[in-house]
Amino acid sequence: MKKSVFFGSVALAALVAGAASASTLDDVKARGQLICGSNPGLTGFAAPDANGVYQGFDVAVCKAVAAAVLGDPMKVKYVPLTGETRFTALASGEVDVLVRNSTWTFSRDTELALDFVAVNYYDGQGFMVNKSLGVSSAKELDGATICVQTGTTTEMNLADFFKANNMTYTPVNIADDAEGQQKFAAGACDSYTTDASGLASSRATLPNAADIVILPEIISKEPLGPVVRHGDNNWGDIVRWSFYALVAAEEYGVTKANLEEVAATTQNPEIRRLLGLEGDMGKKIGLDNDFAKRAILASGNYGEVFEANIGASTSIGLARGLNAQWTQGGLMYAPPFR
Amino acid sequence: MSETSFVRTEMLAPKPAPVSQVGAIKWMRENLFSGPLNTALTILGVLATVWLVQAAAPWLLHGVWNANSLSECRAIIAAAHGPEATGACWAVIRVRWNQFLFGFYPVDQYWRLFVTFAGLFLALAPVLFDALPRKLLWGALLYPLVAFWLLWGGPIWGPVAVLAGFVILGLLFTALAPKLGVPVSAGVGLVAAALFWLYAAAPIEAALQSALPFALSEVDSDQFGGFLLALVIGVSAIVLSLPLGILLALGRQSDMLIVKSLSVGVIEFVRGVPLITLLFTASLLLQYFLPPGTSFDLILRVVILVTLFAAAYIAEVIRGGLAALPRGQYEAADALGLDYWQAQRLIIMPQALKISIPGIVSSFIGLFKDTTLVAFVGLFDPLKGISNVVRSDMAWKGTYWEPYIFVAVIFFLFNFSMSRYSMYLERKLKRDHR
Amino acid sequence: MALASDPPKAGFRLSMLIYDTRFRSITIQIVVLLLFLAGLVWLLNNAYVNLEAKGKDFNFSFLWTRAGYDLAQTLIPYSNDDTHLRALVIGLLNTLLVSFLGCILATVLGTIIGVLRLSQNWLVARIMTVYVETFRNIPLLLWILLMGTILAETRPVPKDFRLTEAMKAAGEEPKASMWFFDSVAVTNRGTNLPAPAFDHSLGVVDIGWNLPVSLNALAILAVMSASFWGWRRFIARAKAVQEATGTRPTTWWPSLLILFAPISALLYGLGFHLDYPQITRFDFTGGFQMLHSFTALLIALTLYTAAFIAEIVRAGIQAISKGQTEAAYALGLRPGRTMSLVILPQALRVIVPPLISQFLNLTKNSSLAIAVSYMDLRGTLGGITLNQTGRELECMMLMMGIYLTISLTISSLMNLYNKSIKLKER
Repeated sequence: MKKSVFFGSVALAALVAGAASASTLDDVKARGQLICGSNPGLTGFAAPDANGVYQGFDVAVCKAVAAAVLGDPMKVKYVPLTGETRFTALASGEVDVLVRNSTWTFSRDTELALDFVAVNYYDGQGFMVNKSLGVSSAKELDGATICVQTGTTTEMNLADFFKANNMTYTPVNIADDAEGQQKFAAGACDSYTTDASGLASSRATLPNAADIVILPEIISKEPLGPVVRHGDNNWGDIVRWSFYALVAAEEYGVTKANLEEVAATTQNPEIRRLLGLEGDMGKKIGLDNDFAKRAILASGNYGEVFEANIGASTSIGLARGLNAQWTQGGLMYAPPFR
Repeated sequence: MSETSFVRTEMLAPKPAPVSQVGAIKWMRENLFSGPLNTALTILGVLATVWLVQAAAPWLLHGVWNANSLSECRAIIAAAHGPEATGACWAVIRVRWNQFLFGFYPVDQYWRLFVTFAGLFLALAPVLFDALPRKLLWGALLYPLVAFWLLWGGPIWGPVAVLAGFVILGLLFTALAPKLGVPVSAGVGLVAAALFWLYAAAPIEAALQSALPFALSEVDSDQFGGFLLALVIGVSAIVLSLPLGILLALGRQSDMLIVKSLSVGVIEFVRGVPLITLLFTASLLLQYFLPPGTSFDLILRVVILVTLFAAAYIAEVIRGGLAALPRGQYEAADALGLDYWQAQRLIIMPQALKISIPGIVSSFIGLFKDTTLVAFVGLFDPLKGISNVVRSDMAWKGTYWEPYIFVAVIFFLFNFSMSRYSMYLERKLKRDHR
Repeated sequence: MALASDPPKAGFRLSMLIYDTRFRSITIQIVVLLLFLAGLVWLLNNAYVNLEAKGKDFNFSFLWTRAGYDLAQTLIPYSNDDTHLRALVIGLLNTLLVSFLGCILATVLGTIIGVLRLSQNWLVARIMTVYVETFRNIPLLLWILLMGTILAETRPVPKDFRLTEAMKAAGEEPKASMWFFDSVAVTNRGTNLPAPAFDHSLGVVDIGWNLPVSLNALAILAVMSASFWGWRRFIARAKAVQEATGTRPTTWWPSLLILFAPISALLYGLGFHLDYPQITRFDFTGGFQMLHSFTALLIALTLYTAAFIAEIVRAGIQAISKGQTEAAYALGLRPGRTMSLVILPQALRVIVPPLISQFLNLTKNSSLAIAVSYMDLRGTLGGITLNQTGRELECMMLMMGIYLTISLTISSLMNLYNKSIKLKER
């Protein structure tokens, strides 16, 4: 009798599983909900707020995809994943798309049978130290104790960097960002290394932020982006182009506020194709032609998303840097909508 | 009558005892300073206490309850007690307490949690208090379904369909048991119920729902967190593990070599690996061992694995209970001509389970504490999961001790009262046996 | 008319498999075994199909590839060029080290606390009760996190120990100072202790798989055991002389000579001295550094498990009836000997079985090490290696197998001990 919940749920789960089909798009449509693997708590990128609603830069990508596919940016279920569980959860079909500041690497792309469809943030690994150490370059860190998040690419980059420069260090392998920040603040490590964006947000909240410097060396390339399972190319296309719609919208000056107005007046064929006024862009990936419009309306174009979550006006205060539009000297470059 | 009184007719008033033999001094002499060793220990104890209080008191006393961010807290403390002063920022608890307790459960649905929690006590009452009528036990058996429906919501017909499956199981079992014996009829019943759940339950459910729509708003598993999650995992794992644990315990006591070695194998395997590896199995490996395409909720997977974990411990507790029963009880059951299952049901199990209740309670306390480990597979346990969520808010980044202390206090209150209850029960049961 | 004593009819009917007690247990066992095997085959088949579908295979060759990550505490030499297998061994050794020390310390502390809880001293008994209840009722994970934080927050950072030129000029003292004549420094990262060093070191030999063995240590060990053996022989001879002649030859100075002269000579020859930790740019170097990740985990595991062991010890002592003590007193035994000869041997019988399961718990609980950045088996094999290679099936199974082996070894060893002290009933 008391096994009821157990058996009942297993039976229900089996039924749900029975409905699973080969196409992620069909699954998402049938479910009426996008399942998005996200970080359980990374300031600015993804974290539930006081009401339990996920907010952040990565979350905006999930919302854009949900808006493009289902027409409603709120129809997303966020599954919090740790560094260790994320790729397995994606591979096993537990989530439809993984947007969890995951670095695009060769082995992840190939061995883990995943596809990185785009890069939504170009990051790089940096070091943060206290000014009183008198260190001005990462190459002066020989013999230092360094906090590094375990289960990430940063661990390997760190090892490579010190090896390449013939230096030694004592690693402190911490489980998550909060631990790292606390250890660094207490002085249990000389330096904290993680993605530069993470360093900036950590630094912003330390009580003695003015005494902390982020060293100039960026020791790795960390292209972070949404990931899908290998093999379902149509789904990959949907995620990719939903994201690039945001980038293109910024390039062409389409914002959440002026979208309707632009749509009514623009004669630029590229913008008209983007907004579904011309051509059959959406149909070709199994959606309708308004998909990009809805994606942009979800939380604005790439620039707006950036500014709202991690940009200079927020307390994290990240500069656009590499993530500026290519026209501004950055790397954000949406392929043509043609 | 002229008698010389040789005997005092009135008693003298008793003299007060020496100062060292009364009151606080006597008590202190006897209890604190009865020898050099004891004196040394007392002094050490006092020093330790004073040191602890001195270290923690200023921080606790400077606590701030009303603020909207950590920096505001720091500013208030600096203004009130000087720039070097440190203090607790309890404001984070005041603002986010509901997430520590209930995770992200919708605020307007909190009443469902309270009803479920109150129901838990009602359901447990007939188990814990002998005075109540036995019939109430049926209510306790219904409770899991009710709780499931209340917590997760959805149409009421889902749990009803599940219940119908159990009714089928029960009917088949009672009809067939006299003829085919317990194991076979239970097997037939289970197969029939499983078939019903797999093929008949969903259409019936849908039909009933369209005919009589009655549903609570659905709450997704990912909205569960904090102590709610800890309780859901802890309670369901203990409840679900009881039947499995009883079977394993009986299997371990069995004379049948294969059954016995399988039971021992399962118990020793589960007890030999850390819970965290089982949790990783739930989150990483389970999908490999299920048919392709099967995927279900992480909480459910965690509950399944934690149930398995708890079952091994419960099996050992019940084995202890079985071993504590006097041999005569088994012999008396045999002498009455009861078969194995009748003897178990009517004589052995009621007594063995009763003796095992304290053990089961302490297993539950252990399990409840261990639910904090689910943070390592990405669930929002109160200790690490929710604390990290709160800390990822810019306003509260850097609050380190306050969430931990809050969570520790709740864990302590909960577990301490349960362990006291289990001690009371142990004493009571001991009296019963003499 | 059939009598109850009629022999059962000859011949075998199928229904006898269920109704006849002679066959029923066999039937049940076969059915259970078949069900179990069917379940196993089902699981394995699913695993096979799933692996196939993901294009993965099941093999352990990744263990021999380059690990590429660094670890802080390594009991045997390790660099990021070594294999995942070696990283696994590092993690395993770290697990074993912290579990082994934890078990010993928790037993000692738990026994003391258990005895003190029964103390006549009101204050001490109360404090111990508070200790036991606090530690038993709050999750271990919190204690581990707390210990890590306390060590990191309350101890000074290494640079506070430094005396810069500017400070010298100003006549200031460093903010923190070392203990025991400048030999021990406890920073917020670790405990720095002096380490033995040799001017004329004999060097090391590699016994294969890059496992260096210090010849100095071997030499010292050899000399010490030789002197001990010699001393035993000497004492035995002295006894024999005493037996034969009735006078015991002087033994104290030859004893001292035999025990300490060879080792002193050896140490002098090797140029033995202590290597003191020195503050350098970032941290102390030289000497021996015990990282706080290890210390914090060890303390947390010890304190937590000691609370449980205290209860076991208390229950064990209370389980011995008062009559045993009284009988021992009546025989004229002193309290100390009563404890060691009468009470403890009996209490041990009650204490040891639950103590074993506490040892097992401690070992398994050490897998929470990641909370204080201690890289144990779960941190290396089940953490970084799993993550970098994506071989969760292999890594998790290997990890479970290793933990299972450790657990079964501990419990069988302790069961052997338990058997040896078991009450021999006749």
